[in-house]
Amino acid sequence: MEHNIWIYLLVMAAVSYLIRMAPLALIRKEITNKYLRSFLFYVPYATLAVMTFPAIMEATQTPAAGLCALIAGIVLAWKGCSLFQVAVLCCAVAFLVELLPVF
Amino acid sequence: MTQENKICFQHGMRDGSPIALGYFAVAFTLGIAARNAGLSAIQALIASILNNASAGEYAGFALIAAGSSYVETAIMTLVVNARYLLMSCALSQKLKADTPLRHRMAVAYDVTDEIFGICVAQPGYLNPWYAYGAIVVAIPGWALGTFFGVIMGNVLPTRVVSALSVGLYGMFLAIIIPPARKNRVIAGVVAVGFAASYIVNRLPLFDGLSTGIKTIALTVALALLAAILFPTDSYSDKEEVH
Repeated sequence: MEHNIWIYLLVMAAVSYLIRMAPLALIRKEITNKYLRSFLFYVPYATLAVMTFPAIMEATQTPAAGLCALIAGIVLAWKGCSLFQVAVLCCAVAFLVELLPVF
Repeated sequence: MTQENKICFQHGMRDGSPIALGYFAVAFTLGIAARNAGLSAIQALIASILNNASAGEYAGFALIAAGSSYVETAIMTLVVNARYLLMSCALSQKLKADTPLRHRMAVAYDVTDEIFGICVAQPGYLNPWYAYGAIVVAIPGWALGTFFGVIMGNVLPTRVVSALSVGLYGMFLAIIIPPARKNRVIAGVVAVGFAASYIVNRLPLFDGLSTGIKTIALTVALALLAAILFPTDSYSDKEEVH
């Protein structure tokens, strides 16, 4: 059967949007259950941490560059650098480490 | 637009700019995958405007290339993007209860790892205009990145693309580290998250699971454990922090 790329794109778009829209549209009230509230409070930190490591070491050509960028990012964010500063300096660190012949 | 909304919109644009740069780099590589799957630059552009999901789009393009069924594509998109369901649930608690449906539906358009990240990092309730500000700068970066990825293929040096792709992770760190410094439970969640993620991604035992499934399972397990061991009321005292 010949498939149409536009239908694929439509299917992908519809599913992606519904997943995001349903909770926002349906959960109108503030959740009062202490455990559920706590769970949702911790979700962002858990998910962002899980997505960052070890993925950052696979984003660069050498794992060392990603690891150095990770350490630099943690230190800079800890010191209170802004979102933009941390992002740009991580890129710079990764770029410089990849220039080093040792890795 | 009220004065307050205008300021929130501008702040959103400011925080969305580094996201746009990172998106451009990531989307560029996504564009190369789209071209390999047989999409035109316009089709890839529209796919990115409508999906806003790196892993979801990668998976979709792979299925298109393989000539899979539409049902399979729908299920795969659901699985790979399921973490957005969790993020939207969390985000629903950042919106004031009386936020109108049209704003809820509009914010939902671009719940991505990054936009979600900066939105939850806002003190107090989220003003939807902050999200819109971030979205209007981030989406062009994402969509145009995919477009040029298809057209220009491998023109940018690999070194530059790989360095730029680290920027997104730098942003994640800028979001999770400052609260981790103030709250020891969050610090614990982050540290255990790094370790658990490393183990799950390196052990051959879990090779059969997709990245999306691993992310969801670890997120749910970690957040659940933290909620049971350290229930918190941080949502309500969030405003006192700033």
